[in-house]
Amino acid sequence: MANQGQSAAEIVFDRATKVYRGAPAPAVDELSMTVPAGEICVLLGPSGSGKTTALTMVNRLVEPTSGDIRIDGVSVAEQDATGLRRRIGYVIQQIGLFPHMTIEENVATVPQVLGWKRDRIRDRVRELLDLVGLPPREYGGRYPAQLSGGQRQRVGIARALAADPPVMLMDEPFGALDPITREHMQDEFLRLHEQVRKTTLFVSHDMDEAVKMGDRIAIFREGGHLVQYDAPERILTAPADDFVARFIGADRGLKALTLRRVGDLPLEPADATPDTAPLAATETLHTALSALMTSGTDRLPVADGDGRLVGTVTLDLIRAEAGRPAPHEGEVA
Amino acid sequence: MIAAAGPHPVIPDFGPVSRCVQDNGFFCTDWFTANWDSVFWPALVQHVRLTVMAVGIGFVLAFAAALLAHFKGWLERPVGGFTAFLYTIPPLALFELLVPGTGVSVLTVEIALVAYTLMVLFKNTLTGLREVPPDVRRVGEGMGLTRRQILVRIELPLAIPSILSGLRIATVTTISTVEIAAFIIDQGLGSPILQGLQSPFNTQFVAAGALAVALALAADGLIVLVGRLLTPWTHARRAV
Ligand SMILES: Nc1ncnc2c1ncn2[C@@H]1O[C@H](COP(=O)(O)OP(=O)(O)O)[C@@H](O)[C@H]1O
Ligand SMILES: [Mg+2]
Repeated sequence: MANQGQSAAEIVFDRATKVYRGAPAPAVDELSMTVPAGEICVLLGPSGSGKTTALTMVNRLVEPTSGDIRIDGVSVAEQDATGLRRRIGYVIQQIGLFPHMTIEENVATVPQVLGWKRDRIRDRVRELLDLVGLPPREYGGRYPAQLSGGQRQRVGIARALAADPPVMLMDEPFGALDPITREHMQDEFLRLHEQVRKTTLFVSHDMDEAVKMGDRIAIFREGGHLVQYDAPERILTAPADDFVARFIGADRGLKALTLRRVGDLPLEPADATPDTAPLAATETLHTALSALMTSGTDRLPVADGDGRLVGTVTLDLIRAEAGRPAPHEGEVA
Repeated sequence: MIAAAGPHPVIPDFGPVSRCVQDNGFFCTDWFTANWDSVFWPALVQHVRLTVMAVGIGFVLAFAAALLAHFKGWLERPVGGFTAFLYTIPPLALFELLVPGTGVSVLTVEIALVAYTLMVLFKNTLTGLREVPPDVRRVGEGMGLTRRQILVRIELPLAIPSILSGLRIATVTTISTVEIAAFIIDQGLGSPILQGLQSPFNTQFVAAGALAVALALAADGLIVLVGRLLTPWTHARRAV
């Protein structure tokens, strides 16, 4: 990218607690976790479990009652709130585009208040609109009311990325979109994240979204308690308690299959002359299982990217894999 | 030479005049054009001047008060209540109240006119400033805009439609109140209307009245036009 700015930053919650004035109990209770630089951490939990509160303590829209939050080792409380926020991208469900500004003006907001030169702002805005798939020539001069919901959300993301912040906070960013657009935006964001690698806190109440987007998932329950903080696979295969097990749903076994690929199984040897079309080794076990169900057999051939047969997947193999808990991934705060 | 309507308006002796004037027609174009320079144009200019001054001063005061009330919420009730109280006083009574202090003067008239603009300008400006959707404000704050930047970049532009609709009402109301001010000062289109009403001759008050209506419509249209230029986002068409 032309504008290679600050790299990602590590975020540490250190017993961060928020008790709203007059509230009988904390909204976030002694939250401690470490989000490694460059990862996407999904904050998942039912409504009212303190996800938004936890998220907005990072950019100080909410001040912690006690405890601390550090970005790359520096406590947010010690930083000037305005300066801090300009180094943190912020995207919310309702998007909050400025209705009276064109798309370009919206995206240019933070660079402008940071005092960038006009040319630099213009180049950066164009680069970002291209990055999120909105050609600046066509969309730059439009107003938010002239865009679809998905397009607006892209502008919201471009605007949050404008000053190349090392941290992104996203509060149910795709929650208001229809399912098809939402999936599309999830894919787009993952692709974007591959390129820009911001440390991202992503609030969601949708298990499928969390499994898809998260390098790690932090599961909250009412009262702002963090009950499990782990890789998606670990959460699906080894839920910490009944609450997590219920929250992720009875089909967690099936969901876990979406995280593993056919090629990773110890496949049986390929049959010489298979009578069905082969599966790609890059397909998920979820897809493989579905293919086995519809084919009516209990074994299917597997082919690599060049169409060469590399082995055979069987129902027994998938069942064995599904029963195996994921390896523990290490540093959990 | 045709005389202007004098201070004691009876049908004047115009000398040789048109049939229309002799018959006291509803509206005599020849008399109107002959008296344009001496009667109607000066009255129109005075009318515009009185209105612009009143709305201008009223806007500055109400705008400042609304900004204060926007930041210090407790000011809304007292200021809003006071401007509403001013608005309830009948114009002639207010003129009478002021004359002992400020005399039979333009100042008296302007004080009263300004007083009447305050309520709607204050209310609409404050409403406009508060119209910013909460999410928009939250994102602005979360992006690191200062309070002043949120005001200048977001709240004020989004308040423009509401402020302008207040200005439309204030302007049109002031234009008609200026007509009543002719009871106090010999200025504005109210003067020929008053004189015309006291005489059986039709053209004078018909013409002055029509001019006042035209002025109100023109001022209203002008503000609408300015509003369209200032708020392109409110009428941007969905391009596909
Ligand atoms: N500004 C606030 N003032 C008082 N209570 C709040 C405020 N914001 C959130 N809460 C309360 O804190 C708890 C957590 O809210 P929130 O962080 O918004 O949860 P979530 O995002 O998981 O739905 C809820 O009980 C909510 O009612
Ligand atoms: Mg929330």
